[in-house]
Amino acid sequence: MLEIRNLHARVEGKEILKGINLTVNPGEIHAIMGPNGSGKSTLAGVLAGREIYEVTEGEVLYRGQNLLELDPAARACEGMFLAFQYPVEIPGVSNTYFLKAALNAVRKYHGEEEYDSFDFLALVKEKMKLVEMDPSFLNRPVNEGFSGGEKKRNEILQMAVLNPLLSILDETDSGLDIDALRIVASGVNKLHTPDNAAIVVTHYQRLLDYIVPDFVHVLVNGRIVKSGDKDLAFDLEAQGYDWVKDLEEPTAETV
Amino acid sequence: MSTDAQDLEKLTGQEYKYGFVTDIESDTVPKGLSEDVIRMISAKKEEPEWLLEWRLKAYRMWLKMVEPHWANVEYPAIDYQDISYYSAPKQKAAPKSLDEVDPELLATYEKLGIPLREQEMLAGVAVDAVFDSVSVATTFKDKLKDLGIVFCSFSEAVREHPELVQRFLGSVVPQGDNFYAALNSAVFTDGSFVYVPKGVRCPMELSTYFRINSLGTGQFERTLIVADEGAYVSYLEGCTAPVRDENQLHAAVVELVALDNAEIKYSTVQNWYPGDKDGKGGIYNFVTKRGKCAGVRSKISWTQVETGSSITWKYPSCILQGDHSVGEFYSVAVTNNRQQADTGTKMIHIGKNTSSTIVSKGISAGHSQNTYRGQVKIMKGADGARNFSQCDSMLMGDKCGAHTFPYIENRNSSAQLEHEATTSKIGEDQIFYCNQRGISSEDAVNMIVNGFCKEVFRELPMEFAVEAQKLLGISLEGSVG
Repeated sequence: MLEIRNLHARVEGKEILKGINLTVNPGEIHAIMGPNGSGKSTLAGVLAGREIYEVTEGEVLYRGQNLLELDPAARACEGMFLAFQYPVEIPGVSNTYFLKAALNAVRKYHGEEEYDSFDFLALVKEKMKLVEMDPSFLNRPVNEGFSGGEKKRNEILQMAVLNPLLSILDETDSGLDIDALRIVASGVNKLHTPDNAAIVVTHYQRLLDYIVPDFVHVLVNGRIVKSGDKDLAFDLEAQGYDWVKDLEEPTAETV
Repeated sequence: MSTDAQDLEKLTGQEYKYGFVTDIESDTVPKGLSEDVIRMISAKKEEPEWLLEWRLKAYRMWLKMVEPHWANVEYPAIDYQDISYYSAPKQKAAPKSLDEVDPELLATYEKLGIPLREQEMLAGVAVDAVFDSVSVATTFKDKLKDLGIVFCSFSEAVREHPELVQRFLGSVVPQGDNFYAALNSAVFTDGSFVYVPKGVRCPMELSTYFRINSLGTGQFERTLIVADEGAYVSYLEGCTAPVRDENQLHAAVVELVALDNAEIKYSTVQNWYPGDKDGKGGIYNFVTKRGKCAGVRSKISWTQVETGSSITWKYPSCILQGDHSVGEFYSVAVTNNRQQADTGTKMIHIGKNTSSTIVSKGISAGHSQNTYRGQVKIMKGADGARNFSQCDSMLMGDKCGAHTFPYIENRNSSAQLEHEATTSKIGEDQIFYCNQRGISSEDAVNMIVNGFCKEVFRELPMEFAVEAQKLLGISLEGSVG
């Protein structure tokens, strides 16, 4: 589904990603862990096509296409979804309007018929149960005045409505209390199928108690220095990131 | 440049959608202004003596006045002797029905999306169409007549209802009020007149589409709307204009009078030619709009969506004279390319327990300058007066400007005044967020801006709101990148 080869990227002239290699197949959940500033969010941003990041080397294949040639909206329409670490507020635009515009943009891209208001409302109300959201959220402006937990749940709601093939969750656990974490994680789990995949970017192991990854990758200073199964996350939790930082050498091989 | 920016850039290049000129022979008075020209206009319109005197008085006042330059706008000096002050489509007699109207004129309306023929059947909106300066078609008159509502061109009102015109003309905006109002009072050619009698609720939105057409002809519309005791009327004003190479002056005057318990809602969507990318050829819009809440518990509400004109100088205001009267001003002003807008409102509280609300949304893009200028004045006797003002500005790009000049003058200690102001930049992160959900940059900008303006749009009548949203999208195409 996704193949990242020797990806280098920089922001404002500073190199952040220094040769990322990663392969994600349908049905897999990959966790990307790492200390602050290691390039986790940059990787998520580059994949989603955020403009501030400049790819200087390497390639990314997404479902057989050169991902880097697609503009951000096209990537989204092709089934790539980024759950934002800091969901953006859009004052005056209702959640319903935004969600419907998004879903219909994606459907239009695929030559599918656009949803009318009635069908859309039925769909979205069904999806809201997944993240235990009250229907009153539909009429509120996008993320405006939402608590941290509500914003993250709203991200998962959008994910549920858009039904992406590859979801990238960028520190979705940050700022969540344990109840919100459970709701968000359970939403993600319910949406997981053998046909789709997820990349879960997180600093802490605790999210991985709820969303169990097939693979864990440790990102340090712009490179994946270690990959393993879910147990690697426990090791990190127990020992901190210091011991993996030592693995960071020019010769460090990635799996 | 990013792909999004390029896409948007491409769209900016679009020609003004409503730019076309109708080829109709005009009956135009030679350029220049003098007492003789005013007498000629008055004679052509077969006006009564008192109106001619009223015009001449205005002209004499105007001669002593100087053009105001306090607004935050710049433009080359206007030669008032190089303007033709009267232009009427040549027609032998006033048309009795739409069939008698010049077909080419009707075609123009079709292009603008105002199918007059259909409107008669569709109901809901009566259109008093002002083409250049003389009304050529009025619909729904009979229906309104049954209710005693007068809705006609200003010239017709002078002929048919001189007592009403004489009683209210200049009662809100006197001849010498300001430079442009004085000029308008001297030379106004036509406009609309509405009178809603006591206790009558006008069952439909009254609508006038203004259109500037004759080359080099200044437009001087005069609108007077009177709502008698307990009456209600909602009036819509919308306009587009053809592409021009020279600047066109427009100096209209709108007067609203609400007597006891009456309510007037006045909505405008203004889309005059803003000039090309370099600001060449756009309309100069120097308008005086003012309403007087003369009676107790009366209410006047202005809602405007300003997207056009090269220069906008406009302050729809309310004089809150009656006790418990209410004034409202909801405004969206969009400037792009080289447009300049200096707009806002004045709320003058005279009566007791009067209240006013101001919601202004300014959006600047390109190299434009967008200024909010507002005044809230609480007079000594206005016990318990209240005002709430909210002025929000949004910037798109880094070459435009947003300015806010709120003036507050309070002479009564029991008054409550609130003022909120924000300035924001349309966020790249907002656009990216939309992009990441599959929404194109163009649609994203549209959505974000419409969200920003929502508080104003919801004050507009439904059909107008839809039009306004589309207009906003068109006006801002190509402004992010």
